[in-house]
Amino acid sequence: MTYIAKPKFHHPGLKKNELGYTHRDYEGKISTLCAGCGHDSITASIIEACYELSIEPHRVAKISGIGCSSKTPDYFLGNSHGFNSVHGRMPSVLTGANLANRDLIYLGVSGDGDSASIGFGQFAHSIRRGVNMTYIVENNGVYGLTKGQFSATADRGSKSKKGVTNTDNAIDLVAIALQLGATFVARSFSGDKSQLVPLIAAAIGHKGASFIDVISPCIAFNNHAGSTKSFDYVREHNDAVNRLDVLVGRDPIAVDYAPGTVQVVEQHDGSRIALRKIDADYDPHDRLGAQTFLAKHAAKGQIVTGLLYVDPDAEDLHEHLNTVETPLNTLEADTLCPGSSVLDKINASLR
Amino acid sequence: MSDKKPISSVNDFVVRFANVNGSGSASANEMFARAILRHGVPVSPRNIFPSNIQGLPTWYEVRVTEAGHLGARGGVDMMVAMNPQTWDKDVAGIEPGGYLFYDSTKPMPSTKFRDDISVIGVPLTAITNSTYTDPRQRQLFKNIIYLGALSALLDMDPKLIEQLIGEQYKGKEKLLSSNVHALHLGRDWALQNLKCPIGLRVKKSDKVGDRIFIEGNSAAALGAVYGGATVCAWYPITPSSSVAEAFTAHCKKYRHDPETGKAKYAIVQGEDELASIGIVIGASWNGARAFTATSGPGISLMTEFIGLSYFAEIPAVIMNIQRAGPSTGMPTRTQQCDIIACAYASHGDTKHVLLFPEDPAEAFEFAAAAFDLAERLQTTIFLMLDLDIGMNHRLCRPLKWDDARQYDRGKIMTAEMLEEGRDFGRYLDVDGDGIPYRTYPGTHPTKGSYFTRGTSRDRYARYSEEGSVYADNMQRLVRKFETAQDLVPRPLQANAERPTKYGVIYFGSTSPAMDEAIGLLEARGHQLDRLRIRAFPFHSSVASFLAEHDFVYVVEQNRDSQLRQLIVNENGIDPVRLVPIVHYDGTPITARFIAKAIGDHQDHLKVTPLRKAVS
Repeated sequence: MTYIAKPKFHHPGLKKNELGYTHRDYEGKISTLCAGCGHDSITASIIEACYELSIEPHRVAKISGIGCSSKTPDYFLGNSHGFNSVHGRMPSVLTGANLANRDLIYLGVSGDGDSASIGFGQFAHSIRRGVNMTYIVENNGVYGLTKGQFSATADRGSKSKKGVTNTDNAIDLVAIALQLGATFVARSFSGDKSQLVPLIAAAIGHKGASFIDVISPCIAFNNHAGSTKSFDYVREHNDAVNRLDVLVGRDPIAVDYAPGTVQVVEQHDGSRIALRKIDADYDPHDRLGAQTFLAKHAAKGQIVTGLLYVDPDAEDLHEHLNTVETPLNTLEADTLCPGSSVLDKINASLR
Repeated sequence: MSDKKPISSVNDFVVRFANVNGSGSASANEMFARAILRHGVPVSPRNIFPSNIQGLPTWYEVRVTEAGHLGARGGVDMMVAMNPQTWDKDVAGIEPGGYLFYDSTKPMPSTKFRDDISVIGVPLTAITNSTYTDPRQRQLFKNIIYLGALSALLDMDPKLIEQLIGEQYKGKEKLLSSNVHALHLGRDWALQNLKCPIGLRVKKSDKVGDRIFIEGNSAAALGAVYGGATVCAWYPITPSSSVAEAFTAHCKKYRHDPETGKAKYAIVQGEDELASIGIVIGASWNGARAFTATSGPGISLMTEFIGLSYFAEIPAVIMNIQRAGPSTGMPTRTQQCDIIACAYASHGDTKHVLLFPEDPAEAFEFAAAAFDLAERLQTTIFLMLDLDIGMNHRLCRPLKWDDARQYDRGKIMTAEMLEEGRDFGRYLDVDGDGIPYRTYPGTHPTKGSYFTRGTSRDRYARYSEEGSVYADNMQRLVRKFETAQDLVPRPLQANAERPTKYGVIYFGSTSPAMDEAIGLLEARGHQLDRLRIRAFPFHSSVASFLAEHDFVYVVEQNRDSQLRQLIVNENGIDPVRLVPIVHYDGTPITARFIAKAIGDHQDHLKVTPLRKAVS
């Protein structure tokens, strides 16, 4: 239960990162989700990514909407401020928070109901605006907390646990994010930590709107035969275009891949992404190509995963608005208020 | 011709301009109002416009009032009828003995006029067309030409209008001289061909003083600049859009770093009102002063977030420029119809702070104060304007700011305080005022973080569905609301000359009409004590006022007497003693209306005592 805090003690030999923090410092409260839930694996991957990046946990703001996925920010980064806001409205709350203080790292956690159904508009517009954030959708194609209704990402023809066939077309959030101008777009699978952890790390390092769609099977309501979001189905249909490693700071991972198969992408914050190409023809800098690739594979019933698109030179909303470097929430009357002499002039102009 | 004596009045009359939307008349009409102000004579102008950009009828009404009555008066003494579409209605609306000014280029059948008014024809189109060839120029200068003709008819000093033109087109010599030329074309034609002046005249006076002439929305936006708002998120909706537009304009002037040119503010036009309030809540949660401006339909959309702001205790400032509802209602007409919707916005038990400015000067002050209140009380503060204040120029006292004033950022637990070992419970009432401490995200590596949520939780922000824990929190919120009573602007009371058992409560844009109505009522022999409510929750003086009077009229601009409902509900008093006086046709309330409604009720109450009748 969330009100049961995890005990703080840990093994003295636990590995520490650059800041001297252990994994435990990136954990949160004990999860209240069902045992085996894909979302808990994503939580573990977020913890791992933040640990590896040596992020100060309290410099992260974790913001979510409503639903199973949106409860998860309570289960990681216990020393960060979290905000479990309104159903489908995480993107706007995150946008506002980001405007107030550009110096924090913003992690938006949402679900498929939260982002593709009730919050589809907010998802779209936050991506359009280029808010500097890592937007993770924990996508299980189903409403878990209300017991198994289809969400808007459920594939047409897939079956619910009760045997009902979904007749509505599915929304592919990755395709939409690409179309709307997200500057970092990826898809992964909660059961594939080796792919997901570096993707999250790379997304955090990206300056701009990063979007990761993580297929995350619902153990209770969407892991049966006929589901297209079950562990078995995703494993069988997963088609990874690349694998990556994130190279940061003093601990560069030796690039020991065969020549010609690795592509290094340098990001704004100095981090580098080493992409191991699996599909030799895939170019992650080609938005149009990514869209076509995605559509072709979707038609074949394949779920494309990996880093699908990245623009390392992206701009974010603050650049569009030309805001000062100092976080707006630290400005006081001395810099914000024009004062009485200016007001006298304004008065004079209104007579 | 006229079988009624023409109205004769100096510095006290109403001129109404009937125009076609999009014809460029607005600036000429506004110049007319400003020119009268420059004579030292107060004016109160009002736009009456449709929800449309081009082609539909629009009116601009100028009340010239040496006595300084800034409410709408009702009735028209002179109609400047420039719109054939509304001709019949416009002519019918002129007071007997009034004046009709029209474009006489094309002859009109006599049936189109009235016998009891003075008809003044000026061949505006003919004059314009003989001087200008460009169609756009023709349209714009026609407006200045009628302004010139009016200046002669009303005995206005043309130098004062020239001065205004000079200020408006400073540095644009060509435009300046051509406008002055057009002004004199009209003026000279009138002087040569008509009897000038007519019975209505403008005479120089000194009744304007140091007052300024500003729209409420612009003043509220300026209040947001002075009050330290750094984040504004909004969605276009009449009549509130000009708040965000004015905030943008003010920020461009006053909020850029002189060295880097960078902006000390962020303005986002949201995709809807849900996003706008979400951005405000997110920014405020993160310690910035943030606001949105909207109107009724926007409030309806925002209510879920408003409940979150109340329950999770996140500051927010919402400027509600009210218009006539329900639904799309009359989007360009004024009302005070969102009192209940805002006071109790959102599901569950909620109550919110409302501020009721009476004019642009108070809109400025209350807007700035709203940010202090929002951070002090950690909740939503509504600034309740309406179209009448928001979108009309109103003469008001100059805006004032004390340079020693610091922002009240409320109860913030800092890293130093956490380091000292201060006990931090996000929802812990340490001072007994119901207001807990909050931390900004990112404050301290190991202390002070918490999980913000709309679900119930205990004093230390830990999730809980325990009934007693929930109730404890809800009771604290009641305590906090009681604290708010003494922080919000207090009601202002003005007593009648003689002691009276009758009182009147009013608020917001009703103010100038109410002040004027008191004079009319006194003339009828009715004495009334006045209480102008400036905020909700109600200060204890509201209850005292109710206790001191047998009958209290509650004057407001909505159908259901919403403020009265709120007073009855919150003070638990006998509703019979509160008499609703409501005006809700979308036009601004007038002194005539109030005086008649209250006067008639008073006459009805004045039954001769039985004792006297017998003796």
